[in-house]
Parts: sequence; structure tokens; C-alpha cells
Amino acid sequence: MQSSLLDVETIRNDFPIFKVKFNGKSIAYLDNAATSQKPKQVINALVEFYETYNSNIHRGIYKISEKATDAYEKSREATARFIGCHDPSQVIFTRNTTESINLVAYTWGNKHIRKGSKIVLTMLEHHSNMVPWQELARQKGAEIEYVDIKEDGTLDMESFDDKIRNADLFAFTHVSNVLGTINDAKKLILRAHKEGAVVLLDGAQSAPHMPVNVTELDCDFFAFSAHKMLGPTGVGVLYGKKELLDQMPPFIMGGDMISEVHIQGAKWNELPWKFEGGTSNIADVIAFREAIRYLERIGINNVRGHEENLTRYALERLDRVKEIRVYGPRNISVRGGVIPFVMEKVHPHDVAAILDSEAIAVRSGNHCAQPLHENFDLDATTRASFYIYNTEEDVDRLVKGLEKVRRLMIK
Amino acid sequence: MSEDIYKEIILDHYKNPHNFGKMQNPDFKASDTNPLCGDHVEIQVKLSNGKVSDVKFIGRGCAISQASASLLTDLVMGKSIEELQKFDKEQLLEAMGNPDLGPVRIKCALLSLKTLKLGLYSYLSKNDNSNS
Repeated sequence: MQSSLLDVETIRNDFPIFKVKFNGKSIAYLDNAATSQKPKQVINALVEFYETYNSNIHRGIYKISEKATDAYEKSREATARFIGCHDPSQVIFTRNTTESINLVAYTWGNKHIRKGSKIVLTMLEHHSNMVPWQELARQKGAEIEYVDIKEDGTLDMESFDDKIRNADLFAFTHVSNVLGTINDAKKLILRAHKEGAVVLLDGAQSAPHMPVNVTELDCDFFAFSAHKMLGPTGVGVLYGKKELLDQMPPFIMGGDMISEVHIQGAKWNELPWKFEGGTSNIADVIAFREAIRYLERIGINNVRGHEENLTRYALERLDRVKEIRVYGPRNISVRGGVIPFVMEKVHPHDVAAILDSEAIAVRSGNHCAQPLHENFDLDATTRASFYIYNTEEDVDRLVKGLEKVRRLMIK
Repeated sequence: MSEDIYKEIILDHYKNPHNFGKMQNPDFKASDTNPLCGDHVEIQVKLSNGKVSDVKFIGRGCAISQASASLLTDLVMGKSIEELQKFDKEQLLEAMGNPDLGPVRIKCALLSLKTLKLGLYSYLSKNDNSNS
């Protein structure tokens, strides 16, 4: 059954990369958990900025600088609206999700995490939501606990109930970049708040693919990246609750983040600019607004529905390949469009390289989640991940490509 | 596109590796890992009269890394220490049929040679110290 939620043919026409031929074939791009492709609307916004109103923001008195400032701040408003935040000053632009998390670790964390504090993470975390906390804990003498996962890749709720006790910080991923597991964020946040913990939600794999409302979720911080949701690279977002952001010291010191500077010292700028020291990634932030527009136009609920259909189809097809073992939840309602698998007796890099010869792009390796792979006693997996422009034909090409892998590599 | 990196010789050595296993009392051995793929190779060498009289490897990982280790053991058998020192990556890649490896996969191909050199140089520096 082809998904009718999205007009995929029209969507594909908006993405110039699908017109490029590799050995006569257009790419079956199945590495969307790493980064998404960009529609011409986003690319055109970049070109338009550089060609017609390139200038610095928050400074110039002349027309094009005012236009750039306005476009930059409109993008902030659009971003806030997209995640259900009513006050754009709570949206800070960073370079990527990693920087957003580091911002919290180095400012809020530096101030509030001390010797004996308890940081709780889960086994599902990407290195970017693990390493900053490990480093903070090491510096402060805090302890870190990891919530276990079950065989199907969902969180072990008994382990969560046990580990969350007396937590000072709970940082966890909304959707796993490896297994696709969708965590019940609202429930976990509610419980963590009862323990008095501050909660950071890593939305790198959720914001692009499903409806997110930070006000309803009640998370204290929410971090994600533009480049995984049709936007340019180099733009990350950090949402934070106002009372927390207000108390936090700046992260990067310099221009634009101050309101007054004297030789004796400086006074910090107000939110959100306090956290945007130096010239921002202006063009990319402005173009990000077009990505959000695109997703709003096709409907984020339809995006999720389309990916559910594709994931269901792909799981059915892959299950029929004898040598393939798929990891992650089987229940589509708690699984995003991410499918990690191993082919018996074949290394994931060989799988990916042979698929590449058929113009099929998948990821292989540990996907920046080494502890999670160790949990399943794996060195690496091959991962297919979907987005709005993927089709059942892409899945069919993947399955056919895997048959070629088997022919070449298995004795 | 990289299908042609899986040349016949690479697939042969991957499916039926030469000199795979462990030996008793090697004169030197070394192991190394390629963090990108998780490829792992250990190479053990026995010398007699200054020449390689036996060489074995164990390892796991992608076809490129394991085939290269298998080929390398064939290539260095019987070589003198001086020849081992001079043995370079071009010789190994040529034996592999000069596959068109990108900057990422080349590390898989050269892991075995890097491991052999690690073992060789630590053997040589130990012997230098004991001679002096």
C-alpha cells in the first residue's frame, strides 16, 4: 500500500538531489537520521539572502541589514511556533544539537551540578547527550546513572523508577537515532519533575518527524538541529524555560551577547541574544524558516503517518530476508522511521559499500551510540532511516541490494 | 560507486583467509583496532635467521580489513627484517588490485600493515635496548 498521506512525487520534485544520476540511477537516500536532503525552497532562500540582502544583523541602520534582522527574528518566531513555544525569546540558535546540549551543560550544569549531584541518562543516548554530562560529572564529582533498556529497545520502566530517584538532572532522547524507539516523554518528564529534576529532552530525531509541543511536554530544555529537518547545516536550536534561561550565565562571550561593555566589565544582553555571542549563522537561520514552512505545509502529522507506513512496509520486507536481523521496537506506534539491522556473517561496512554501488545510501557503524551497541553485544549495525521523500520503491531497492550483498559476500 | 572495491582477490581472501590463527611463542605480535569500523587485527610473527619463518593473524571486521591482513601474511612470508621495514602501503594495495578506496575505507585496507609495523618497531626498539 503506497502512502497517500503525502504527495511524494510532488515532494521529490522539490529536491534537486533526486535529479542527479549515479550509474544512471537516482539516489535511494536512506540516511535521514544523519541528515535530511534540502528542498529548493531552502536552497533558494540561501541564494536570495547572499544575492540580495547579505548583511550583518542587529547592527546596521541601513535597509538590507534591517531586512536581514527581520528575517532572522522571523525564523526564530517560526521555530518557536513549530515546537509549541509561545515566547520566541526562549528559542536560542546554536550550531547544532550538540552545541545546544553543551550550552546547558556549561552554563546551567556548571552552576547547579556539584559534588554528589545525580545525573540520569538512558542507554539510548547519542554520544552528544552523554559525553557533555560525563565530562561535567567528572569535573564536579557528580554521579551518572543510566536507565536500562529492554531487549526490544524500549526503556525498562522499573529501571527508570529506580534510577530517577533524587535525580538533579534527567537528560534523555525523545527518539533513539539507532533503534527508532519513541520514548513516552511526557510521562517520563512528569515523573522526573516529581523528583525535583531538571529535564533536558534531546529532540534531534523527534522534531523533524512528529508533532512536538514543548509546553505540553513541560520539558525544561529541548534541543534539536535544522539540518535533519530539511534545513541547512550549522543551525541548532535550544529551547529553555524562561526562569532557567534567565538565571543562566552566557556561554560564548563576545559581541552581540552584551548590552553594555566598559573597561571594568560588561552587562549581558537580554534573552535570547545573551546566548548568541558573535555573528550568527544568519543565512542558514533565515533559510531554516523555509524548511519549517515546508513541513507545516505538508503537515507534521502526515510526515509521521507516512513514515509509519514506510517503516511497517520495510519491517515486513526485511523480515523475509533470512540472514537479516532487525533491532528495535516492533510496535510501530513507539517506533520512528529508523531501522538498524545486521546481515549474518557480513560486516555492516561491506553491506553499506555494496548498497552504495546501487546508489542506495545507508549508514553503517555505531551511529554515535557505542554504549547502546555494546548493550546488544554488537560492533556495528547498518541503518536505514526514512523521511518525507522516501517511497516503497526505495525499500524495494534496499531489499534487492541486500540480495546482491548476500550473493557477493556469503560463501 | 564502490562495487569494484570488492575485487575477486579481496572476496577470495575474505571468505578463505590465509594464515588465520594463533601461533605458539611468536617473536613479536601486535594488535590494533580501526575505531570507525570496529575492525580488529592481531598479527604474530616468528623469525629465524633474521627472516619471517611464520606469520599468522586473527581478526574480525569488514572484508577489506580482513582480506588485506590475509594478503599481507602471504606477502611478508620469508622476508628479511630490512625488507619488512621497507615494505610499504603501495605494495599491499597493489596486491589487493589497487581498489578505488576512499579516504574512509583506506584505513580498513591499511590496518593490517599498520599493525605489523607496530609490532616490528616495538620488537626492534626492544632489541636495540637489550644490545646496548
